[in-house]
Amino acid sequence: MSAETVLFIVFAGIAVMAAVNLIWQRHPIHSALSLIVVMVSLAALYLLLGAELLAAVQIIVYAGAIMVLFVFVIMLLNAGEEERTEVSHAAKFLGVPLAVALTGLLAWRMWAFAPAAAASAVTDQNQTKMLSRLLFTDFTFPFEMTSILILIAILGAVVLAKREQ
Amino acid sequence: MDLAADCVVLSAILFGLGVVGFVFKRNIITIFMSIELMLNAVNLAFVAFSRQWHDLSGQVFVFFVIVVAAAEAAVGMAIIVLIARNRHSLNVERVNLLKL
Amino acid sequence: MNGLFAQNAYLLISLLKVAVVVLVLLTGIAYLTWFERKVVAHMQSRWGPERVGPYGLMQPLADGVKFLFKEDPTPAGADRFVYFLAPFLSLSLALCTIALIPFGPGEISIFGRSTSLSIAEINISLLIVFAFTSLSVYGVALAGWASNSKYPLLGSLRSSAQMLSYELGLTMSVVGIVLLSGTFSLRTIVLAQQGTVLGVLPRWNVFSPIMPQVIGFLCFFIAALAETNRVPFDLPEAETELVAGFHTEYASFKFAMFFMAEYAAMVTVSAVASVLFFGGWLSPFPENPAFHFTYYLPAALAAVGGVLLIVNGLRYRSKVGRVVVPVLGLILLLLAATCALPGVNPVIQGPFWLLSKIFFFLFVYVWIRGTLPRFRYDQLMAFGWKVLLPVSLANVVVTSLLILLREKR
Repeated sequence: MSAETVLFIVFAGIAVMAAVNLIWQRHPIHSALSLIVVMVSLAALYLLLGAELLAAVQIIVYAGAIMVLFVFVIMLLNAGEEERTEVSHAAKFLGVPLAVALTGLLAWRMWAFAPAAAASAVTDQNQTKMLSRLLFTDFTFPFEMTSILILIAILGAVVLAKREQ
Repeated sequence: MDLAADCVVLSAILFGLGVVGFVFKRNIITIFMSIELMLNAVNLAFVAFSRQWHDLSGQVFVFFVIVVAAAEAAVGMAIIVLIARNRHSLNVERVNLLKL
Repeated sequence: MNGLFAQNAYLLISLLKVAVVVLVLLTGIAYLTWFERKVVAHMQSRWGPERVGPYGLMQPLADGVKFLFKEDPTPAGADRFVYFLAPFLSLSLALCTIALIPFGPGEISIFGRSTSLSIAEINISLLIVFAFTSLSVYGVALAGWASNSKYPLLGSLRSSAQMLSYELGLTMSVVGIVLLSGTFSLRTIVLAQQGTVLGVLPRWNVFSPIMPQVIGFLCFFIAALAETNRVPFDLPEAETELVAGFHTEYASFKFAMFFMAEYAAMVTVSAVASVLFFGGWLSPFPENPAFHFTYYLPAALAAVGGVLLIVNGLRYRSKVGRVVVPVLGLILLLLAATCALPGVNPVIQGPFWLLSKIFFFLFVYVWIRGTLPRFRYDQLMAFGWKVLLPVSLANVVVTSLLILLREKR
């Protein structure tokens, strides 16, 4: 086995186990920690796939900013353990197989969609530069739109969280 | 073994787990986290396909997904704080009235 | 055996480098606490540590022993897993960053293999540094939450908001550097700073002829103070208001880990500041034969220190001191002789200048601690969002404009 395969198995295993743990744990802080583990192992997989800039952005923005917000809100609201309510029989006996079927279908279709020819890894040193060029030429309009989206999100968050006098 | 194809399968599994979490969890914050898990799974598929086809636009899309997720988290957290303030609970089953 | 070595040489050399750096860093952190207490004491007309060993030099060791043998209780109702995880996370993330710092220009050879003077060579090392910094907030936030106690919770709520806000300023303040050098690699950023401005000043990024990054540096340093929870931004552990903030409930070695994490973060932030703005390993003197005598500066400094220690040590008031201090002086003299050797001399230039810059920043840290009072919480937030972020954004805009104008010409 090549080193690449071993690393993939390790990080994929960590990611799946952490994702299962996210659902399993009852306290939101533990779920949040599991999600952070998923994100960090996904960043490692991005490095394996040759997307080094995305790996860094994934950790800085996702794990370092968005998830901090989650943890902050959980601490602020002092969220306790989740109350488990009875799940209906239909959900138990129909839902779980259906979820498995969905996963299998997705995996199968996307696997078939990926060209089988093993492409050589992109070992371009200046991938960051190419990515930025793409962002500011072909994708200028969506890029500018995201700034408006963020502005709206800021306004929305401020308006929503403001205490009424 | 082909790395990109394996990553695509992993992405499908993570997405499925995200769906399961979204349906089964009762805490509104954890439900939100399940959505983030699904977004992450989609990002992984984007990166894998981007490598397979030597096309960097897949990675650009991941940027946009991350930006949208950040905006979504900001607004979503504000809504959650509001719900917790009015209902004194984070259980989604307690949020069963249209008026606050 | 030989074949095995050849196969794993890369791994072995990396492990050796990690061991050396960690050993030096941990010793440095231990003596940084001694240095801080001494300097602050002298600023306040006191003597500082004097009792343990000559000049209080054994104080860090005594502190370490004390930490190890203290009782280590876990508060009732604490989340045990997270309670154990938090100090570990803090310390390991703070130590990781040092792996990315390039300590010198050339390659040295160990066991006949040449290797560069840094642990990890990545072409996006600057971003990885920020990745580690952005994760370090979890140590503080989780520690306060897991303690199940109100003062730690208040401290960690404050700190997560503070670190999240100042991280923006920290990241924005270095965009100017990335624009000037066109790379995320710390090594290339240093290499881009070679040369002189107007023939006198070194061409470091703070003195860059295109756009001097003085404002960028000030923003970076202020944000770094906030990120490392140092005075005047030490609200997460404000001892007059919150007992000890996020680590109130921690004792013994777990407390020591938080303590070490804070000082390790100081060292790494100083290292990053010197690499980004002050030319890293580059000497402040121009690279020409007329200034070749500066190569003997480290040796001369060590020699002067050694002579001073011997002269003062022979008159030290305790009997042990009269033996130990001159021996230390002799060791320094030996070090000076080694540094002057023609084979060693060029190799130590890079590390010497980087370490002196780091030392200078550490002194500024301590100096600020001895000088400034703490911010009030609303002032802290207002400063971060209304002053630091707009100023660093303006720096980005002006720098990119000037670079564009220069390219147009």
